[in-house]
Amino acid sequence: MSATFKWLRIVLGVAIVAALILVPMTLNRYGLYILSQWCVMTIAAMGLNLTLGYAGQISLAQGAFVGIGAYSGAILVTSGYPLILALVVAILLCFAIGWLLGYPALRVQHHYLAFVTLAFSTLAFLLFRNEEWLTNGIYGISNITRPEIFGYRTNRPLPFYYVCLGSLAIVSLAVWWLIRSPWGRAFQALRENPVRALSLGVDTRHYTLMAFAIGSALGGIAGVLYAPLTQYVDPIPFGLTLSLDLLLMVIVGGAGFFFGPFVGAAIAVLLPEWLRFTEGYYLMLYALAVILLLIYSPTGILGIADRILTERRTKAASAMRAAAQSKLEQPNLEQSKLETVR
Amino acid sequence: MTPVLAVSDVHKSFGGIKAVDGVSFHVNEGEILGLIGPNGCGKSTLFNCILGQLVPSSGEVKVDGRITTGMRPCDINRLGVSRTFQLLQVFPKLSVRENLILAGQEHRGNMLSRLFGASDAGVGAEADKLIAFFKLDHLAHEQAGGLSYGQQKLLDAAMAFIAGPRLVLLDEPAGGVNLTMLGDLKDRLFAVNRELGVTLVVIEHNMEFVMSLCSRVVVMAEGRVLAVGAPDEVRANPAVIEAYLGH
Repeated sequence: MSATFKWLRIVLGVAIVAALILVPMTLNRYGLYILSQWCVMTIAAMGLNLTLGYAGQISLAQGAFVGIGAYSGAILVTSGYPLILALVVAILLCFAIGWLLGYPALRVQHHYLAFVTLAFSTLAFLLFRNEEWLTNGIYGISNITRPEIFGYRTNRPLPFYYVCLGSLAIVSLAVWWLIRSPWGRAFQALRENPVRALSLGVDTRHYTLMAFAIGSALGGIAGVLYAPLTQYVDPIPFGLTLSLDLLLMVIVGGAGFFFGPFVGAAIAVLLPEWLRFTEGYYLMLYALAVILLLIYSPTGILGIADRILTERRTKAASAMRAAAQSKLEQPNLEQSKLETVR
Repeated sequence: MTPVLAVSDVHKSFGGIKAVDGVSFHVNEGEILGLIGPNGCGKSTLFNCILGQLVPSSGEVKVDGRITTGMRPCDINRLGVSRTFQLLQVFPKLSVRENLILAGQEHRGNMLSRLFGASDAGVGAEADKLIAFFKLDHLAHEQAGGLSYGQQKLLDAAMAFIAGPRLVLLDEPAGGVNLTMLGDLKDRLFAVNRELGVTLVVIEHNMEFVMSLCSRVVVMAEGRVLAVGAPDEVRANPAVIEAYLGH
């Protein structure tokens, strides 16, 4: 990779981060709500990207984990406990349940695994709706206050947006670390060739369970943020639709790419807003755009970027080879040059 | 001296088919043992039984005198036994170097150190050494899936050696490899055997390759051991000639 390209990436990265911090200052309440939602959905999609994109284990239950996180947040906060405690509870709870949900993946894969996780998703939804003593059923839980952080109240939209953005930053760093660690490599090995991985000493059982547990825990974190963002939690948003939406975000953004969920969540959350002027047609246009994208690039939006970069690299490599070849063919010329230098 | 690998009376049936039917043999420290036989005679099934990909229907496998039958492949691998597969088994989307690091990382430290420690788990230098040893230097950062078939075969073999195994089982390492690369491969296998003291078991159909590489050969036919001996002995054995040439 050339130095200029590396610089370009750094500049682009800094510009995006600066924009995410500065631009929202000019946005109204609704714009901030949408952007905060993007942060939350990105965290949830990053979890699914870990399970599905990196470790190759399909899950249609990520929405359920967001629900578990949201209810943990709603119940504990309305009972007077701080949000940070709800965060710890949600992480532990989702980690443990995700771990258990990983066990079927040790026996079944692909479509069969999808069905197992789908069943879990439905089960979770029924719990949210029917266990009124805990979740208040279809009436939901309202008046979820936003947290106070270091004595600073975040109940206004802008400060709470920064809470979401900060959480996203922390989660991103943690996931980045995980992916470039030997664990991340083992996750990818699980996706690419589990039999070979096992023969190389990779404990595929441990890593499969961990991929589910960690991915689910990230869903829980997203849920804990969701509760004070909407300040009202009911069962409806955590049905199968959310799991499918999150799956769509991962696939459209680019499964197995670190920035895939960022792009995917941006499209899923922002595009409907931008297409609002088309009124009744926006869902149709949205669906059409997704279909066309996946026909053109089954590996998602970042898959397109990856393809372009790979092509460039291959071209550069073959140019280098050609140069080396032509040097070999003119040894006398090189020799005479060396002589004159001496 | 305890043999590195001892297989005694291993059976494996799939439904009514007896793929491996009472095979016993042993592998001595430091030798290169060939395992030959016609297609479908149970060689690969036997490998899978030895390495835990399959559990034998009956019989026993010992590594260094320790019973390993029923253990998981990853645990057997960590005892210092690794393998290659008949069909290419690299991780296509990882780079050559990443493939090698993956093959070595689970042999270092523990789960926590692999999460919080160095990204290469401390095997990066080892990987670079093997990349040079197998002459893959110029390809170290290419995706393994983009390599030629022969190059992937070399990588596949290199991955079996990175963790410093005592015993490596190679399933048709020469299959589909062109002549020049075949020489390279043989040369590298001799080198790991002599310089690193790795014991090898090789399944191969290329007779010339097997006979020049191995010190002892086990011949299988229809799930049983037909003959064991030095390459020349085996080649002259009438039963072996019949099994290969038919009636």
